[in-house]
Amino acid sequence: MASVLDPRLHTDTEVASQWRLMWWSFRRHTLAMVGLVVVIMLYLTGVFAEFLAPFDPQSASSRHVYHPPQMIHFIDSTEDGWRIKPWVQAYTLERDPFTLQTTFNLDEGNRIYLTFFGKGTPYKLMGLFPGERRFLVPENPRDRFFLFGADRLGRDMLSRTIFGTRVSMSIGLVGVTLSLMLGVLLGGISGYYGGWVDMGIQRLVEFVLSLPTIPIWLALTASLPPDWPPLTRYFAITLILSLVGWTELARVVRGRFLALRAEDFVIAARLDGCSEKRVIFRHMLPSLMSHMIASVTLAIPVMILAETALSFLGLGLLPPTISWGVLLKEAQNIRSIAQAPWLFVPGAFVLVAVLALNFLGDGLRDAADPYAQERG
Amino acid sequence: MLLTYIVKRIIWTIPFLFAVSLVSFALIQAPPGDYLTTFAATLAQSGDMVDEQRLEALRTRYGLDQPFIVQYWKWISGVLQGDFGISFEWQQPVSHLIWERMALSVCLALSTLLFTWAIAFPIGIYSAVRKYSIGDYIVTTIGFLGLALPNFLLALVLMYVGVVYFGANVGGLFSQEYQMAPWSWAKVVDLLEHIWIPVVILGTSSSAALIRIMRANLLDELNKPYVTTARAKGLSEFKLLIKYPVRLALNPFVSTIGWAFPQLISGAVITAFVLSLPTAGPLLLQALLAQDMYLAGAFILLLCTLTVVGMLVSDILLALLDPRIRYQ
Amino acid sequence: MATVTPLRPKPLAQRAEAPVVLEVEGLVTAFPTRHGLFKAVDDVSFALEAGRTLCVVGESGSGKSVTARSILQIVDTPGRIVEGRILLHRHRTSRGKGSDDTVDLASLEPRSNAIRAIRGRDIAMIFQEPMSSLSPVHTIGNQIGEVIRLHEHVSKKAARARSIELLRQVEIPTPETAVDRYTFEFSGGMRQRAMIAMSLACNPSVLIADEPTTALDVTTQAEILGLIKRLQDDHGMAVMFITHDMGVVAEIADAIVVMRHGKLVERGSVEKIFFEPQHDYTKMLLQAVLDLDRPSERRLERRAVQPLGPPVVEIRNLTKHFDLRHGLFKRKGHVLKALDDVDLALRMGENLGIVGESGSGKTTLGRCLLRVHDPSGGAMLYHGANGVTADVATAKGAELAAVRRDIRMIFQDPFASLNPRMNVAQIVGEPLLVSGIASGADLRKRVGELLDLVGLPANAMERYPHAFSGGQRQRIGIARAIALEPRVIVADEATSALDVSLRTQVLDLLLDLQERLGLSFIFISHDISVIRYFCDRVAVMYRGQVVEVGETEDVCNDPQHGYTKALLSAVPHPDPRHRGMLGRHRYQAGA
Repeated sequence: MASVLDPRLHTDTEVASQWRLMWWSFRRHTLAMVGLVVVIMLYLTGVFAEFLAPFDPQSASSRHVYHPPQMIHFIDSTEDGWRIKPWVQAYTLERDPFTLQTTFNLDEGNRIYLTFFGKGTPYKLMGLFPGERRFLVPENPRDRFFLFGADRLGRDMLSRTIFGTRVSMSIGLVGVTLSLMLGVLLGGISGYYGGWVDMGIQRLVEFVLSLPTIPIWLALTASLPPDWPPLTRYFAITLILSLVGWTELARVVRGRFLALRAEDFVIAARLDGCSEKRVIFRHMLPSLMSHMIASVTLAIPVMILAETALSFLGLGLLPPTISWGVLLKEAQNIRSIAQAPWLFVPGAFVLVAVLALNFLGDGLRDAADPYAQERG
Repeated sequence: MLLTYIVKRIIWTIPFLFAVSLVSFALIQAPPGDYLTTFAATLAQSGDMVDEQRLEALRTRYGLDQPFIVQYWKWISGVLQGDFGISFEWQQPVSHLIWERMALSVCLALSTLLFTWAIAFPIGIYSAVRKYSIGDYIVTTIGFLGLALPNFLLALVLMYVGVVYFGANVGGLFSQEYQMAPWSWAKVVDLLEHIWIPVVILGTSSSAALIRIMRANLLDELNKPYVTTARAKGLSEFKLLIKYPVRLALNPFVSTIGWAFPQLISGAVITAFVLSLPTAGPLLLQALLAQDMYLAGAFILLLCTLTVVGMLVSDILLALLDPRIRYQ
Repeated sequence: MATVTPLRPKPLAQRAEAPVVLEVEGLVTAFPTRHGLFKAVDDVSFALEAGRTLCVVGESGSGKSVTARSILQIVDTPGRIVEGRILLHRHRTSRGKGSDDTVDLASLEPRSNAIRAIRGRDIAMIFQEPMSSLSPVHTIGNQIGEVIRLHEHVSKKAARARSIELLRQVEIPTPETAVDRYTFEFSGGMRQRAMIAMSLACNPSVLIADEPTTALDVTTQAEILGLIKRLQDDHGMAVMFITHDMGVVAEIADAIVVMRHGKLVERGSVEKIFFEPQHDYTKMLLQAVLDLDRPSERRLERRAVQPLGPPVVEIRNLTKHFDLRHGLFKRKGHVLKALDDVDLALRMGENLGIVGESGSGKTTLGRCLLRVHDPSGGAMLYHGANGVTADVATAKGAELAAVRRDIRMIFQDPFASLNPRMNVAQIVGEPLLVSGIASGADLRKRVGELLDLVGLPANAMERYPHAFSGGQRQRIGIARAIALEPRVIVADEATSALDVSLRTQVLDLLLDLQERLGLSFIFISHDISVIRYFCDRVAVMYRGQVVEVGETEDVCNDPQHGYTKALLSAVPHPDPRHRGMLGRHRYQAGA
């Protein structure tokens, strides 16, 4: 159990800082490592959404309404032999002259060739840096391809999901940051001053915890004016989510703070002549930090799920903003999903993101106190 | 000792309930303008005559032009006498609309809670006792999936499977012929035939959470010295497990009433909307979107009250179960 | 006020042969680990005789607990018995039938009915931590009655009556009501009594006691040891007593087994082990205890050369009340008087000991002196080197900071008192850095000197506390305390967390530093032997009051106050010829 901490086995541990020890303990947690990789990939996807998405997520096309997903092939065999070249099979649109119902049929002979790092529609990365190279585009700029299919307006689901990743993943991060600021501030005040301040804040936390979150969220978001610009609404929603979410963090911070304040090494620091500021920032915060990071990681998926649910109901983010929840709203009606089950794809992303964050958070929580194993 | 604890705990809920009512009212007051403005705008849009006199009468009746605290007072004194005001949209008293839906909501939540316990209790114990067995890994994996999959998404997937593979609509709580029918034995049977689908959907994530908690707690308890003591007495492993560690790990089960029950009631809002269940959720949603403030307010107040009461019940049960709590 | 119970020392010599009840032969218990099989118990053999006490002695990690658990087959998973026999000779007990009814416990399955029928009935066990070893949510009666009903077919009512009788036997007051109470309503000593009552429920022929008094105060320990002895005499049990305390061993043992790293080092009668130890390890264990049982010669020599100076700290009428009320429904009158009108003075170059049991207020006193707690009343005058006198009780800001530079503290727990997130250079350098005395290269040099002073190598600087053993960590704490060249050091149980062999080393280091730096010590401890070694004077504390102050030797040899007498008579002496503890004084305040 404590083998890593046994100085006879690892001489490095003697000079290893706490973060090193945590990393060693975290590394042994396979699922958490997988979670870490997936989370990093999701955030990178969010950051480089414009580059990774083959098309503009808003560009509609009536010819591609509910276009089915296409399989990507990497080996192209022609009469001349074979080569490595990504392509997808083309579909043709057919309209029944009587019922006017449309169907897509496989166009056997027709292949749409794709190219990596080709030129696509110009964009501004994060709204700042202009560019036109995209990760994967059709060779012929007029062609379109749909790895995840198309929605009811013929928009590319892959591009939309990638942009949804940016909003959904960031809302978790921003929301948790806000919660954290509120939670740390109030929890810290509560834990530090104690007495009546603590009593008051504790009762407040208890009260907020006793409110049923979803109806409160619904009521709050319903009261937002529908004509607010997307960015304002984004921050308003984040704020609402974090208003309810800060309590848990405040409780964790307060509990840890109180426990730490009574620790001998903190008393020792005060006796060493450290100012209150130094006691808090130099001696207590590093110990709080690891636990806070774990709590925060576990709070992000809760935010993501909440945003998804609210947007799904049409009360959270609204189009043209794209988030996983907004995308899933398209799947609300049973006829659309019966016709286009690929509308569930953003749901799979939600699942993967939440799982990955939970694994990561669990791993971090276990690693947060590398000394616990030594003594226990 | 126990009695004083319970009395104290009940007295504590009174300020909570007051605060809850205040928050509920503040929430429905929050949107800019009041319902009457929306109402007048809708009427004007559809070309109807706006009856200024009628609007004025409504405004005075509910004190809409008066300060917040007066409006709150008018509202809460009505609520205490069972008068929740009028739904502007439905043009009838709120109390006519809510009770059956609230009853169905509570019924759904309670069934789900029972389902959750029935699932989580044995599986949690198994998972802890057979730690790191294949069964444990399977359970843990399913548990994680259950946590990560939002209920409404699961509902959607089941709807999809129902429609595409079975050609049946899995939504609703009643068959067509019973939807409007008055309550009868046959209607109850019909309810039981339908209710299991939402129960399973709602129950997955809370079961998953509870299994995880049960497993972690029991693992903790299994290592406690009193288990060794009991073993040294000569108790059989099974008896020992049930009498000591499981008994102590039960606490989180009882506290589920405190957190899972309200979570179920409020979480059911979205799932109920997807499955178009005749419970509180969909109507609350509609009321919120239409700014039908008294209807929305009544629902929010009742949901909050249920939460507070749920916590009260779970605290009292915990005190019954664990002598340490009542002696504090 | 003080009562004297009749002396009943057991004569050491001329003990008749007693029948062997339990024999352990070549026991090996192993735990599979990633690095192969780890043998926690390696080839251990001994025998338990009816009516006799076998003490198993060893320091932490010696495998003594695992040995005990192996006998009942309740070793924690994944450990298991690999080799050896554990023979229970039931025909030699009241329970056996026939002329030869011997069971090999090692051959039984851990979950089998056969071993379960023996657990709690033939062989009972009591554990170290009486709080966590009993279920907090079941009544005492429920837990005792359970054993009775498990092994004997009696009605609930009969089991309850027996439980009450057992509680009476272990001297729990009002057993009729105690039977329906929960463990957390009892004090530590009472819980241990309940535990003993439980183990006696089925009249076992063997009682295994795993450090049953380690978590208790000395006076409580003395009572529990007396109780076990009395019950052993009444029931004729064989007792296997596991402990690390040589004093306890000397007090109760008939035979001794010394263990180290899972192996049996030496075994023999109590006389043989104490007076003719063969093995070096046994000799070392005994020597460490004997060293502490007398004043340090070095200290006495030093005092002869350099007499004590004028008072440096004077504590006058110091009180500290803790408010026990909390919540909204406050009840009046719940105030704990942790310090009740304490008067003490510490002279220059003196070592003042403060001794007392848990809850006596000794730790609160030390913490008030550094203003970790604010006192409720009284004064603490500190006479500084510059001739200025400060009242620590009311000092604020710069004045308090100055006092805290001159009065420093050494903590009890060497794990909790060092910040695990900082390396040794940072920990020891912190007081120098924040008071602006040194920084940069100068700071490193100073830290290096300090480490050298406490006997740590210079390369310790880069390491984190987790890389050090308990004794080394305590040295780091001492280096931090002396960094600011203080005049007074408050050492709160500074050696309690250390193994006996390390205690003298740390105490000698402190004496050495005293000579070099001219320090005065306030030394807080519950351990009278440590006080006797280190302190010139001692103050005895009881329930927040100082009941007696005097020269250490005077107080130890001729205690005046009833409590001091009771305390001293309860301390087990590491000499089996002086088994005085059973005839000790008892003291009841206000009686």
